[in-house]
Amino acid sequence: MLAKHGAAARVLAGGTDLIIQAREGRRDVAVMVDVKGIAEATQLSLAGDGALRIGAATSCSAIYHNKDVAKAFPALIDSASLIGSVQIQARASIGGNLCNSGPAGDSIPTLIALGAACHIAGPAGERTVPVEEFCTGPSRNVLQNGEMLVSISFPAPAAHSGAAFERFIPRNEMDIAVVNACSNVTLSADGQTFTAARIAIGAVAPTPLYVPAAGAALVGQPVSDATIAKACEAAQAAATPITDMRGSVEQRHHLVGVLVRRTINKAVKRARG
Amino acid sequence: MVTTDKPAYKVIGTRPIRPDGIDKVTGRAVYGADVNLPGMLYGHMKRSPHAHAIIKRINTAKAEALPGVRAVVTALDLGPDPAALPDLSKNILAGDKALYRGHAIAAVAATTDLIARQAADLIEVEWEVLPPVLDVREAMLPGAPLLNPNQHTRTPSGPSENASNVVAHAAVAFGDADKAFAECDAIVEREFSTKMVHQGYIEPQSATAVWNPDGQVTIWSCTQGAFPARQNCSAILGHPVSKIKVVPTEIGGGFGGKIAVYLEPVVALLSRKSGKPVKMTMDRVDVFEGTGPTPGTSIRAKLGATKDGKLRALYADLAYENGAFAGSAANYATMCIASGYDIEHVKLDAYDVLVNKPRTQDYRAPSAPAAAFAMEQLIDELAIKLNMDVEQLRLQNSCKPGTRGPMGMPHQAPGHEECLRQAIASPHYNSPLEGPNRGRGTASGFWFNVGLRSSASVSVQPDGGVSLILGSTDIGGTRASLAMQLAETLGIPYEEVTPTVVDTNSVGYNDVTAGSRVTFGSGMATVEAGKNVIKELSARLAPTWQVPVEDVEFEGGVFKSKDGSKSGTFKEIAQAIVGRGPGLTASGSVNAGFLQGGGFSHAIVDVEVDPETGKVTILRYTCIQDAGTAIHPSYVEGQMQGGAVQGIGWALNEEYYYDDSGRMVNSSYLDYRIPTTLDVPMIDTIIVEVPNPLHPYGVRGVGEPGIVPPLAAIANAVAHATGVRQTQLPMNPRRILETTSGK
Amino acid sequence: MSKRIVSATINGEVNEFLVEPYHTLLEALRNELGLTGSKEGCGNGNCGACNVVMNGQLVNSCCVLGVEANGATITTIEGVAEGEQLHPLQQQFLEDAALQCGICTPGFIVAAKQLLETEQDADEERMRHFLAGNLCRCTGYDKIIKAVINARDVMRSTAGAR
Repeated sequence: MLAKHGAAARVLAGGTDLIIQAREGRRDVAVMVDVKGIAEATQLSLAGDGALRIGAATSCSAIYHNKDVAKAFPALIDSASLIGSVQIQARASIGGNLCNSGPAGDSIPTLIALGAACHIAGPAGERTVPVEEFCTGPSRNVLQNGEMLVSISFPAPAAHSGAAFERFIPRNEMDIAVVNACSNVTLSADGQTFTAARIAIGAVAPTPLYVPAAGAALVGQPVSDATIAKACEAAQAAATPITDMRGSVEQRHHLVGVLVRRTINKAVKRARG
Repeated sequence: MVTTDKPAYKVIGTRPIRPDGIDKVTGRAVYGADVNLPGMLYGHMKRSPHAHAIIKRINTAKAEALPGVRAVVTALDLGPDPAALPDLSKNILAGDKALYRGHAIAAVAATTDLIARQAADLIEVEWEVLPPVLDVREAMLPGAPLLNPNQHTRTPSGPSENASNVVAHAAVAFGDADKAFAECDAIVEREFSTKMVHQGYIEPQSATAVWNPDGQVTIWSCTQGAFPARQNCSAILGHPVSKIKVVPTEIGGGFGGKIAVYLEPVVALLSRKSGKPVKMTMDRVDVFEGTGPTPGTSIRAKLGATKDGKLRALYADLAYENGAFAGSAANYATMCIASGYDIEHVKLDAYDVLVNKPRTQDYRAPSAPAAAFAMEQLIDELAIKLNMDVEQLRLQNSCKPGTRGPMGMPHQAPGHEECLRQAIASPHYNSPLEGPNRGRGTASGFWFNVGLRSSASVSVQPDGGVSLILGSTDIGGTRASLAMQLAETLGIPYEEVTPTVVDTNSVGYNDVTAGSRVTFGSGMATVEAGKNVIKELSARLAPTWQVPVEDVEFEGGVFKSKDGSKSGTFKEIAQAIVGRGPGLTASGSVNAGFLQGGGFSHAIVDVEVDPETGKVTILRYTCIQDAGTAIHPSYVEGQMQGGAVQGIGWALNEEYYYDDSGRMVNSSYLDYRIPTTLDVPMIDTIIVEVPNPLHPYGVRGVGEPGIVPPLAAIANAVAHATGVRQTQLPMNPRRILETTSGK
Repeated sequence: MSKRIVSATINGEVNEFLVEPYHTLLEALRNELGLTGSKEGCGNGNCGACNVVMNGQLVNSCCVLGVEANGATITTIEGVAEGEQLHPLQQQFLEDAALQCGICTPGFIVAAKQLLETEQDADEERMRHFLAGNLCRCTGYDKIIKAVINARDVMRSTAGAR
């Protein structure tokens, strides 16, 4: 179906973006292909080794209602429980959030920080793309006509690791992030030194941004305010925000520092158990 | 609840269940968009994509040729602009110039909603795009692009010589402010600005019309006023008032935004042209872009006092955005800004200014909140300068009976002092506020409240029950508050009264549900109708009791002969007289005047400001308000709480955010951020009752005053939490961060 | 495009209806089935006035296509009362004056019912979280939250009495 109709066809998962965009005439959609009947697209499987695979159309609420997933991937729950309202979360999917490819998408920094990968099926077969390479611009991504995102896989969390996602919005719910951020850190066994880190930020560039330099600023360093401040500076240096109705360049730049620090601190707490 | 000398009422002051309640909790109530008629067509509006542009040509041929399209109308189908209501038609369908983005240009009726939308897209408009005027102060400057080259300013000394975007300049002066400032020991002066905001009612406008071949027109609309809507449709369509029937549906919120007509005349025209019923419903973007929000403002104000804390002089220059045409009046601000206080010397200049934004409309106590945002912050600063408690400063200067009030008229029984006393005595004001980055703010607010014209009819049923027939749209529980007043008048239980809001052919004239007037003005009409029922029953009773009519007495729901030999309850007598005799309907009609005495509200609010993000959290909020007499205290509290939370939204996040081309870029509930359940705490209420001498039961309008204090109260709280005065709205995180960083 | 036949169990009864493939569930409920109790306040999932429960989940019916309802079980505001018997939430909204204009009321009641049926011990904070997708412009939410708290207590005591 997708191959036959090309650009006029869209995959329908939760519909919380697509149905609205089609109705408002922002997307010219002749054909919607509902993929919620495909088992692979709605799976939620936690392997014995702790790796996780989520079907692209799995709803946010299905994810946060799974106690094992909630325990192992708290940052993912941070994101899934912040996208829209309860009624949006019953329909909205992480895959849909990713394919919508908004710069402020609230799941994407988390997927990047957790080292997730996109599994894509198409006429030419299957391929796998790291999440940080998936989005190519506002509402643009690597999917070709006829391709669909089938699932997203997450490696098992490392021992002594923790991750946290936060966003800043003017209200307390129902808002688009002014800035969001996710930090995933691994500590030494004594919990005093960073041994690995992945940090991603959103709403400050045309796509959600993986900031390797921010993680690198932590690795090998003691857990301290000074170390964390270095990571924040690195993240701020990578951000290229714009001024729009949701925030200004200066505000977003400032908030990157605040949110990266807050998420690292929370991630450290989670890593230490 | 605080009561001063209240009579012992039986029904008034209780909290019965509203008569329309069950329909509303079960989904049965019929709102604007719920009207469906056989063979109905769907209408859709073509709107201007430009904020300011000349319409050179409109070509509807392709739209008319689309299968399924039954009618297309443009401004050519409207009559000439009615002289008494300038610009009314031009705002319904633009003819030669679009004055804001979203301005209606043409409309289509088709067999499906989709075809109507497609046809609207096929209407071709040739534009000459002009530079938009978006800033109120820039629009006032000589040389600013003119929205209307024939517009001259109405001033106290006649029309201005040159054309101007300033529609009107209202000047108010008492005493000699310039001289008085020179005698003040402390003066505070600042410039304030607020942004255009929307009423935000959850139900979009919807209207349905049938134009019969004999010229009888029926229009269903979720309007705040069926009668004024009928008048306006009559003027716009050049069709007799008596040939138009407006049927008010249930209304999903209005707050002033559903007074004006938008769709009603257009669906009527589409129905005339197509010969079918036509319904048109706005979507949320249409509501933001194509209806009437309330003005953004620029206010320069100066307040002076002597060192003993006596307010001596006030000056304010108040410029209000009117939008594309003369809209919500800045003059209302002059009637409110100083009305809470005894200030001898006052000079006010208020300007209504055209800008390329939607024609503004009233929004809950229109013009007063922005004026109070300025005034009540100046009072807060003055208290700090004078080293006085701000509530004591307000109390010392509060208006009393006889103090000059709105329009120079003396206050009769103003409740400001009592509100302040209750605030000072309240648990909230007396509790400590602890913790870093926290602050408490207070503010007062006044709204003058209007009376206007109302009619009501009462029919006595054969079983002794009564039917109350109303023409005032019930927007928040007035069927209950009016039925309660009738029950009190007739001395019967509330449950015996069945109120119904009817169409414009079925009851006497009623002005809009606005200005906090229905429980007051329609209440007076209802009480009068009730008294006429008693009079008529007494007249019919006298011969059966074989006593002269003046010997029939009525008190506390019981008819009695003067000698005490005969008596009967209202129900018994009604059954006897109406159950066996001819029917009995009595009416009451009043013109309750323009002003009804006004109402005061006061707010105490605690906030916490996140110094890292600039986000303000409302920790605690108390609203104190004078209701005169609270007929149904739950719905009085509801008005206070609703006004408070709308004010919180206005203060913190709501604004029309425009790009340079004049496009509102946040026209959705996602980006136009009205408060959610998570953004507000419980809103504590203290009802003050200082009876209004103008109403038989002492009622004051309660709908509006509650939105006046919160803007200033929150700004004062933020100032105390951060040490930085906030003079611009909204106080969103970005602005707080920008104004407090480095402090 | 041609209309599709959809079969769904709505408020306990199996309904078959025709729907345009581009119409939302909300449009199908309102226009095809005459169930106008669900309201359209925004059309894009931001206000909650169109809330229904579909297959056990609270959803915005404006963000669901009508054709997706095929085979589904749906409860709308019209199915909340059992005959003459109002649901405790409906009764409490009346007694606590939790509605003014009433346009948001169906959405709030459907959402709150879903919350109280799945989490009978929900506290105020949880209620405010769960109901944050339902906008009300009249009440300031105070009386709505109090009505939900009171309905929770009524429902708990009735459940306890059984």
